[in-house]
Amino acid sequence: MKNLAAALSGKPWIWSFVAAALVWLATITYTGGQGGGAILSAALSFATFTIIVGLGQMLVITTGPGNVDLSIPATITLSGVVAMKVMDTETSRLLIGVVAALAASFVVGCFNFGLIRLLRIPPIIATLSSSFLVLSTAISYGRGLRIKPPPPLAEFATMRMLGIPVVALFVLLLTIAIAVLLSRTLYGRSVSAVGQNMRAAWLAGFNVDRTRFSTYVLSALLAGVCGIVLSGFSGGAALNMGEEFLLASIAVVVIGGTSVAGGRASVPGIWGAAIFMYLLVTMLNTFGASAVIRLVLTGLIIIVVIVIAGGEKEQR
Amino acid sequence: MINRSLLRQALPFLSLAVVLAATFYVQPRTMSYFGLNLMLQYAVPIALATIAQMFIITVNDLDLSIGPFVGLVGCVSATLLYNDPFLGVLALLALIACYGAVGALIHLRNLPSIVVTLGLSFVWLGIAVLILPSPGGKAPDWLKAIMSFQFPYVPFPIVAAVVIGLVVHVALMNSSFGVIARGAGGNPKALARAGWSLLWTKVSMYLLAGFFGVLSGLSLLGLTTSADAHVADRYTLYSIAGVILGGGEFVGGRVSPLGAVVGALTLALAGSFLIFLKISPDWQIGAQGAILIIVLALRAAVTYGEKRA
Repeated sequence: MKNLAAALSGKPWIWSFVAAALVWLATITYTGGQGGGAILSAALSFATFTIIVGLGQMLVITTGPGNVDLSIPATITLSGVVAMKVMDTETSRLLIGVVAALAASFVVGCFNFGLIRLLRIPPIIATLSSSFLVLSTAISYGRGLRIKPPPPLAEFATMRMLGIPVVALFVLLLTIAIAVLLSRTLYGRSVSAVGQNMRAAWLAGFNVDRTRFSTYVLSALLAGVCGIVLSGFSGGAALNMGEEFLLASIAVVVIGGTSVAGGRASVPGIWGAAIFMYLLVTMLNTFGASAVIRLVLTGLIIIVVIVIAGGEKEQR
Repeated sequence: MINRSLLRQALPFLSLAVVLAATFYVQPRTMSYFGLNLMLQYAVPIALATIAQMFIITVNDLDLSIGPFVGLVGCVSATLLYNDPFLGVLALLALIACYGAVGALIHLRNLPSIVVTLGLSFVWLGIAVLILPSPGGKAPDWLKAIMSFQFPYVPFPIVAAVVIGLVVHVALMNSSFGVIARGAGGNPKALARAGWSLLWTKVSMYLLAGFFGVLSGLSLLGLTTSADAHVADRYTLYSIAGVILGGGEFVGGRVSPLGAVVGALTLALAGSFLIFLKISPDWQIGAQGAILIIVLALRAAVTYGEKRA
């Protein structure tokens, strides 16, 4: 029992999977065992978008207290709008569209870091202010046009293999890449080091600025990827397509067991938490809860999960 | 040689003066009792919400639920408080107590306030929509009377803002309670070793935040005269930006109540200014971001010099 507790305390992400499994069990118990597989498949499909941006948000939050990227929703929108407009429904322009959307996201990431580093604006306010500018750019560039994605992109975003969404597999690869990046590369180690103690990391010879720069750019790029795939999935870009990801991206990071105080990332937790969040909504839907009740219960359950999972242990 | 720390404290006021001057320049007709009254009336609820946020930031937390909370207070007041004042007051007191309980929970379990208040924002919004599924309800008459009160010579919003700012400033900056509260943000461990209860400090700051959130909701309802669950969704961002514009810091208990009120006024004015500028609606929100960035860049320049000197 003690060993089990010790093993669990080292793996904070376990809880998000436990919560997801409980919610799933409650749902299929209610339906009498029907549709369990379909629900999981749908959850995988919808959760992938949250996972993509959650990974970026996780990196940012891991670089230390106060670091958070509030420009993710605006970047998703900008990327989606740019991708759809550049592609202009033509399959032949698919690649240019992807490159253009990622380039736009890259610029957002650089801008964010510029505000934080050069102007010394706290990241919360810096990314918030830049998100206003980014959103305005998206609005004025997109001009409310709803352009359909090129067929291959739409297919990629909605295709399933043996009931598993292809996008989920793609995001799984992305997740593994980020996990390796975090645990096996100099960049990954410096993210944790900077997050634990920026000054100590600097004294130890880590390049703090380069680490933070790469992190904000990575977060923006991941938001860009999410924007492209999401527009393919939902048949075009919309100006409010990023909205729900502001809260979701932060929630999955924290529920997934990443330390809010920085320095400790939890990659698998993002998956557990994103799937949990989707299954939660599904469960409340199956129980016949109205949209309002769902809202209240979602909030309460997020709080309950974080209370049970416990906060930061006192460090030092 | 200019005194840097004085300059730093003066910066929020200078920013306000610049935005005010720019507004007068673009639209000279606003330079009147009536014009200022109209432009600044919504600054009162924003300032109150900013003060609420400031109490939370003082103890190194962040409240992402203040916007929906203000909306909920409006909904409760436009229905329950209007129909049955006794029950209404009771409900509002219960809401404030909820804030205190959340503060205790966050402290006892050492939880990240961002996530807890994020969850709470769903709860507040949901309850508000439950109470008032579509915009409606009625503001109590006394509330409307207070909010449309006309002072001679000086517009009511300015008087209200100054009073709010000064009262909170004296309470937080010049009282022993205020010193302990700010100390809880500056060095919680030292404070605990000195024998003060961190739990109690945090709970009282959350209670104060709830109280000012209720005041914000009431004053907003007095202006709009009917309630809407979503009316204050933007207040969360406004309040955080206001505290920071006013010279506050996210950590370390470094806040300024007067600055926060001035920051809120600046934000409210910036909104009107952008409308007078007649820039395309596409860029309205972007321009707001740009103003924020410019003001904060100025502050960065000042504080940078402060550290060097």
